[in-house]
Amino acid sequence: MMSTPVALAYLAASVLFIVGIRLISSPKSARRGNLIAAAGMLAAFIATLPLLHGPGGGAVPGMNWLLIAAGIGVGLGLGAYGAYSVKMTAMPQMVALFNGLGGGAAALVAAMEFRHAEGRVLFATAMVFAGIIGAVSFSGSVIAFLKLEGKLEKPVTYPAQQIVNAALLLCIGALGAFLALSSHGIGLFVVLGALALVLGVLMVLPIGGADMPVVISLLNSFTGLAVAADGFAISNVAMIIAGTLVGSSGTLLTLFMCKAMNRPVTNVLFGAFGKTVANGEATQCVLGTVKPIQADEAGLVLSVAQQVVIVPGYGLAVAQAQHVIRELADELVRRGVEVSYAIHPVAGRMPGHMNVLLAEANVPYEQLVEMEAINPQMERADVCLVIGANDVVNPAAHEDPSSPIHGMPIIEAEKARTVIVLKRSMGKGFAGIENYLFYRDNCRMLFGDAKASLQALVAAVKAA
Amino acid sequence: MTAEILTFFIFVLAIFLGIELIFKVPSMLHTPLMSGTNAIHGIILLGGMLVLADAEGVVARITGFVAVVFGAANVFGGFMVTDRMLKMFKRKK
Repeated sequence: MMSTPVALAYLAASVLFIVGIRLISSPKSARRGNLIAAAGMLAAFIATLPLLHGPGGGAVPGMNWLLIAAGIGVGLGLGAYGAYSVKMTAMPQMVALFNGLGGGAAALVAAMEFRHAEGRVLFATAMVFAGIIGAVSFSGSVIAFLKLEGKLEKPVTYPAQQIVNAALLLCIGALGAFLALSSHGIGLFVVLGALALVLGVLMVLPIGGADMPVVISLLNSFTGLAVAADGFAISNVAMIIAGTLVGSSGTLLTLFMCKAMNRPVTNVLFGAFGKTVANGEATQCVLGTVKPIQADEAGLVLSVAQQVVIVPGYGLAVAQAQHVIRELADELVRRGVEVSYAIHPVAGRMPGHMNVLLAEANVPYEQLVEMEAINPQMERADVCLVIGANDVVNPAAHEDPSSPIHGMPIIEAEKARTVIVLKRSMGKGFAGIENYLFYRDNCRMLFGDAKASLQALVAAVKAA
Repeated sequence: MTAEILTFFIFVLAIFLGIELIFKVPSMLHTPLMSGTNAIHGIILLGGMLVLADAEGVVARITGFVAVVFGAANVFGGFMVTDRMLKMFKRKK
């Protein structure tokens, strides 16, 4: 059992986690918040050392100490390598991967502890829960990682998919209930874990890349709950509190994201996005033609504007053009133009991802305006510069009830006097649907690589 | 009140606390927040250490070792990547 100093250290760790999460909620204190949470983790780690005991409650065998130290060393190396080598554009898949590892660890801990569950139904139930959820989180995160890496771009669908998934879920539920009640049988527990791994894969496979942020957020909260269940079973209060905090805040965060896309969470998870896309050809003729523009003319339009709104999308980050866009904005500000960036809640690949990418290029965050705040001002904007964004400015969300993104809140770029869209080609966005904006009378297209186009724009503005 | 009920109390209160904590987070901080909370559930490392210390036999030791590696990667990688991200949020000078 826990001694008083250990309990107090766990209490301190929990408080540090809470304060840390609280501070991450504000840009000014966010970094400090993260470090405070890390300090909490260190406190919990140190407090756990006296709790370690060997088989039968004796001293920990030297071999096991060695393995623990080596395991932490290897994990530290892998984690540090991943954290510092990843490009900022690839941040979402890195988070998915770290999350999956946590889920996998939770499932393994559950499997190890299940051997001691004999005759204790409550204990066994917590282990079964942690095993299922942890395994789903692990395999689901790996699939999410592969999807975001572009290795599994297309949603995978096959007939009777939902029936297969439901049947699998039912099997897992039944087996889980049996294991929890009988509370023994490590062989069956491994089968349960394997089935849960398959479920994680099948659950995430049919979901499109654009919905991955929601999936990662959900799996993040899953891992939190699995950790809490593990903590419940081994009566470790710090694990219960930390896991539950992540579980509940992650669930709320998931709902926030779905709200930003105006889709119920069930639709994201079971809807196989993009099935209804058959309207492309039919609407083509109604939409009209696109009007190209050259960089020097676009530069001229920008230099005489008073208010410019920039709508950055993931394409900007892929082209590594964040620094050039800041250069352009600086040049415009120097000429007395009012510049702001309109950030859609789901711009990039995760909510807030675009803010991170622009921050990387030293764009001051005061210039970043959220969607709700920018839309009422859009009518006063002379130019709206859309760079590598597509679905988040598509008026089809308002106008076409048959569109898969219908009802999603968008940045109303079409309301600006002139819209200039920087785009590589007429290819479709992440959601794979036609963008009505490109055919508007006030919209001009500047084709080419985003970075090259922006460099040409900077030169044109400087010359004007 | 038994110890189980007490832990259940803590669990339920923590659910509400988690919801309250992030209710006012601006969407620009959603990614760092997801990444930061992701690091916090890396506390499973402690669970991995507890079961590995107690492990007997090759299979149990391998399982425990993998759990510790996964947990450590989650916790260290999570905090480091979040710090790297947040380091870049700067005000205009």
